Amino acid sequence: MLTDTLTVFSRELRPSLRNPFTIIISMVQPLVFLALFAPLLPGSDSLRWFVPGIVVMSCLFAASMTGSNLLFEIQTGSHERMLVTPLRRPALLIGRALKEIVPMVAQAALIVIVCLPFGYRLSVGGALLGLIILAGFCVGLGALSYTLALASKQQEWLFWTVQQTLLFPILLLAGVLLPIDGGPGWLRALAAWNPLRYVVDAERALFTGDLWASTTITGLLAAAIVGTLGLVIGVRAMRRSA
Amino acid sequence: MIETRGLTKHFKDVRAVDGIDLTVARGELVALLGPNGAGKSTTLRMLTTLIPPTSGTARVAGFDVVRRQREVRQRIGYIGQGNGAGHSQRGRDELISQGRAYGMGVRAARARAAELIDSLGLGEVADRTVATLSGGQRRRLDIAMGLIHAPGLLFLDEPSTGLDPQNRANLQEHILRLRAEHDTTIVLTTHYLDEADSMAERVIVVDHGRVIADDSPERLKAEHVGDTILLGFDTEADTTRAARVLLGRELTAYGQELKIRTQSGPRQVPGMLEDLRLAGLPAVSVEVARPTLDDVFLQLTGRSLREGGAGHQSEPTRELVEV
Repeated sequence: MLTDTLTVFSRELRPSLRNPFTIIISMVQPLVFLALFAPLLPGSDSLRWFVPGIVVMSCLFAASMTGSNLLFEIQTGSHERMLVTPLRRPALLIGRALKEIVPMVAQAALIVIVCLPFGYRLSVGGALLGLIILAGFCVGLGALSYTLALASKQQEWLFWTVQQTLLFPILLLAGVLLPIDGGPGWLRALAAWNPLRYVVDAERALFTGDLWASTTITGLLAAAIVGTLGLVIGVRAMRRSA
Repeated sequence: MIETRGLTKHFKDVRAVDGIDLTVARGELVALLGPNGAGKSTTLRMLTTLIPPTSGTARVAGFDVVRRQREVRQRIGYIGQGNGAGHSQRGRDELISQGRAYGMGVRAARARAAELIDSLGLGEVADRTVATLSGGQRRRLDIAMGLIHAPGLLFLDEPSTGLDPQNRANLQEHILRLRAEHDTTIVLTTHYLDEADSMAERVIVVDHGRVIADDSPERLKAEHVGDTILLGFDTEADTTRAARVLLGRELTAYGQELKIRTQSGPRQVPGMLEDLRLAGLPAVSVEVARPTLDDVFLQLTGRSLREGGAGHQSEPTRELVEV
């Protein structure tokens, strides 16, 4: 399973490594947010709050795109070719999702480095645990994106419509850009159902080194549920759709 | 190598495959021939574990395609209708990751990729991105990918569709060589008649999801069609009269030509010509045509494969003369 995942992952990543320009470009966007949005946040402590959020946002965007490469490969026939190989089905999902997420680790490191001169400090151990939780969530999301691509293989617009329609509510209801604690009751109630919200809270605590907070448990749980659910749904979709 | 019983696939109300029993022995080269939508590709997709059958069973390379998918996948190669290599990938990279997907070590995959690149003449293009390759080069790369793990059983779905005649001939040559060298069992689908005719020693004719004939091309032709003798006459009236002289045979008159279907054309011609001469109706031209697989299909279904679709009569102007 590990070898299979690695095979899929390295296949997916290879074109980017051969042409690293695309990765470099993708690094710029969170820096733009950091430069133009973070200064608007009140309080001297805003970076501590905002940096974990921006890392989550990058991963969210990246993972939700997992299916977009797939759409093209479904049309050309290379996805079918992969399905006929003995590669284990979950490896196809995890490998593809990881390909989107792993460059984000480099991105997170870059963000942290850029913030250091501005007095930002983080707990390396906490951040690493945070990234693992985030990866679990994103593998699930990537698998769902994969499923969406399979479902919309006849009409490509469907993929983008659904992806865009869901992405922003998930993002906003997780308190990534602005805190939701001060929001109206209905909004907080909605946010309580958003698994990403728990992941974001966990990231914030972990990045500051607060490993034993209850948010770590809820974040881990939310990520595990999304991860498992995504893989189960993804594998089923793959068995049905070919 | 393959054994199916009552293999069926329904898509909603469409019976794409409607109860196929098939047995393919080790080392055979079998062509599934039929018009578009006949169920060839769907059959192949079930045999390669891509889609589960609605009902019926199939054992491929010794394992059930539903319960033992992984075992089946490890033992077969599949070259689909599309391009197997990712467009943003390099050919060599794809070959290596394909080898890895079949459980080969990095070193072994690398060596095997180099070997196939060499034998399929891809040396100059293997390190370019797939998007920049020509159709023929991509197809050769597909073949290389299907062969990476040297499977004992290879499926090819419409392998030569979209290739120009030269590339098609190349491809056929590769497939035949593969078989000669490694004794690979090969199952291919095609709607090219000449391809089925020249390559396969066994042709399975599929129509409306069913097998309607299954034999060697020669036997199919002899059994279902036989030879065609074409006799030319000076006038249409002569043709009609000649038809009466040759009464008792399977005749079709078409303008100044008389078409006669028979099991052994060359042996019958001298006698016919003699009969006609005695009747004062000498033929002005004679042609003995061996049948094609299209004739077989036409005979079996009343439709021609050449026109690619269902429901077309092959030669609507030709009338049967009542004699």
